[in-house]
Amino acid sequence: MKAEIKIALAGNPNAGKTTLFNRLTGARQHVGNYPGVTVEQKEGRFSRGGIDFRVVDLPGTYSLTAYSEEELVAREYLVNEKPDVVIDVVDGSNLERNLYLACQFRELGIPLILALNMIDVARDRGIEIRPDRLSKLFGVPVVPIIARSGHGIDQLLDTVVNGDFSESARQPLNISYGEDIDLALAELIPLIEEAGLLTDTYPPRWIALKFLENDDRIVDRAFREDSRTADRLEKVVTRITGHLRNTVDAYPEAIIADHRYGFIKSILRQGVLAHKYDTDRLYTSDRIDRVVTNRLLGPVIMVGVLFALYQFTFSYSEIPVAWCEAFFSWFGSRVDLLMPDGLLKSMIISGIIDGVGGVLGFVPLIMFMFFGISILEDSGYLARVAFMMDRIFRIFGLHGSSVMPFIVSGGIAGGCAVPGVMAARTLRSPRERLATLLTVPFMNCGAKIPVLTLLIGTFFADHKAWYMFLATVAAWLVALLAARLLRSTVLRGRSTPFVMELPPYRFPTFRGLFIHTWERTWQYIKKAGTVILAISILLWGLMSFPALPEGRIQHYEQQRQQLLARVSATIKDELEQGERAGLSPRARQLAAGLLEIDDAAAEERLRYSLAGRLGTALETVSRWAGFDWRTNIALLGGFAAKEVIVSTLGTAYSIGEVDPEQSKGLSERLAADPHWNRVLALAVLAFIMFYAPCSVTVVCIARESGSWGWALFSMAFNTSLAFFLAVVIYQTGMVLGLA
Amino acid sequence: MTLREMHRGQRGEIVAITVQGELGLRLREMGLTRGTVFRVEGRAPLYDPVMIKVAGQTLTLRNNEADYIEVKLLADD
Repeated sequence: MKAEIKIALAGNPNAGKTTLFNRLTGARQHVGNYPGVTVEQKEGRFSRGGIDFRVVDLPGTYSLTAYSEEELVAREYLVNEKPDVVIDVVDGSNLERNLYLACQFRELGIPLILALNMIDVARDRGIEIRPDRLSKLFGVPVVPIIARSGHGIDQLLDTVVNGDFSESARQPLNISYGEDIDLALAELIPLIEEAGLLTDTYPPRWIALKFLENDDRIVDRAFREDSRTADRLEKVVTRITGHLRNTVDAYPEAIIADHRYGFIKSILRQGVLAHKYDTDRLYTSDRIDRVVTNRLLGPVIMVGVLFALYQFTFSYSEIPVAWCEAFFSWFGSRVDLLMPDGLLKSMIISGIIDGVGGVLGFVPLIMFMFFGISILEDSGYLARVAFMMDRIFRIFGLHGSSVMPFIVSGGIAGGCAVPGVMAARTLRSPRERLATLLTVPFMNCGAKIPVLTLLIGTFFADHKAWYMFLATVAAWLVALLAARLLRSTVLRGRSTPFVMELPPYRFPTFRGLFIHTWERTWQYIKKAGTVILAISILLWGLMSFPALPEGRIQHYEQQRQQLLARVSATIKDELEQGERAGLSPRARQLAAGLLEIDDAAAEERLRYSLAGRLGTALETVSRWAGFDWRTNIALLGGFAAKEVIVSTLGTAYSIGEVDPEQSKGLSERLAADPHWNRVLALAVLAFIMFYAPCSVTVVCIARESGSWGWALFSMAFNTSLAFFLAVVIYQTGMVLGLA
Repeated sequence: MTLREMHRGQRGEIVAITVQGELGLRLREMGLTRGTVFRVEGRAPLYDPVMIKVAGQTLTLRNNEADYIEVKLLADD
């Protein structure tokens, strides 16, 4: 018995492959990337009956062409890694199309089992399948399963372990592709076999088929290996292609595809598949779609659903967020009491607890949003949204499937661009995918919400909710227009085929929901634990050092002493003991005077520090948008993570502890500041919403786009656009006297 | 006539796919080949894309893709 059996799971998207994978491996899976490409690789391990298994969940594909990275990755994995068994998860309620891929696996000659999934759905639809007949006619073992419930999985694994998958037992499938193609194959195969062209990796018949199908990858490889033989093969192909075009006006690849389906249909007719009901009968899914994609009701329902998600996220997460806030507040005060005063304590409180605590406090909100999105995704509703939005998105050079990345990034309000950028993987065209992942950072992610709340709450308090909504609309407009701009200039090119399957509506499984929600929430938390922690400490350092020279500290101390000297001892005592509100006028005067001195000292201290100097230096440019040096410091911090903007702003305006949810102290301070007004607030808002993505997102963009060039472009492009908007807003606003 | 010109509820049989390359393959791999019967379920609110029912699955495609599907109308149901 083998030490470990290597299995690969393959199949169409939505056929239940991942459900099976999750069932087999549970939490013991590892998600990574195939080297050199941006295709996700999922691997897991499990044991059953004393045998160890290693499973790879290959990307879901409909075919094995060379047109998309997923297909190439799947194909290459199968011939290079040579798994012991390949399980093709086939959707029983959709057998014909699912067998198209199975056909191609058979042509490849790999060891194959068909896992006939969703037989419960098929039964409900009155579809009767005879697995034994299918097995006999198709030439491979067929095991009926229901991945969702686990039915049939033991039998499936038995077949894996006990079936005969040796080289001699399996024969590549020899379908007839019609007389012309068959003759062509008869010419090509001997040439390939003679020259041994790529024959150690692929079956000769398969190579011949790929030549006829004009498969770029294989043809290129063949030319590199043995250009003489490849050339001879090409000549045959050209001759056949010309002949076919003249006689039946079709290309070989079309004829080959047609014949595969012909073969499948003939098998199904031979007692494999029977329909109990009329095939045009409406399924529940269809009935739901009649309503959900209706011309009038469709958009209304969609807006309703998105609004409900927004409400669900914000209202239900309020309590858990408040708990988290309270916890960090409490933690901060404990540390304050327990630790000796000094640099370390200051760093821990202002640097770590305030910074990281502020972010982690929002985890409930993010988790609720991702949970809601998972429900929409797993139930199949998001596919309908893509269907309805495609026409609009196409105007901007995007794709209906771009909707999901936008929503995940904060399109409704609250989200995170990191899973959003990764969600762009579903887009097959590189250009549309890039345009999507470069513009999702414009959405109002969870990090921007506190800043929006602060500034809108302070300067536009009369119509708060309305302005928040406008902010969301503005984010979408800018994102879509930016996408249009990108697709008309640097990312020019035709769009991908939209041909998309609308999977039947399904009840999401708890396991699936949990995994999807947790994956994305964890990405957000990881960011807090690493980047934000580091940047909070760094910022604290930049704002504290270099420290004021002794001379200046003395100067302020002198001022304090002077003030105190002018006052009687009783007033001083009163100040020491009393509450702010109950003080006598003289005491209050004293308190105000001391506060003034403290403020001036804090301001000079900050200006003197490295962060202060940077902020002041930037003022020469930033003043066009009205940003002063303090705002600049906060914005600089935002390059690393937008979450720190509010707390940094608070520190810069020397507010003791700034808690993002209740930044009343900062709000009052800003409202009272002569420099701040509605126009400036709007300009700052615009800048924060649209400038460079946070550092984690930038790294993610570099990974997903395959190059740092795009990541840097995204920083430069976004920041320039944001600054331009801020300047326009500020200058027009001031000129028009709207302050 | 092409698929673009069909209305909701109409049934048709595919006569030819008149495009090659990637789009042609994508249409074919989803089961849209000569002789396949389908029904038009509906269209998106902006009249594009179109939703069709074919061999037990529901597919959606853009009108400019439907242009390449030559069809023969069958009796409505």
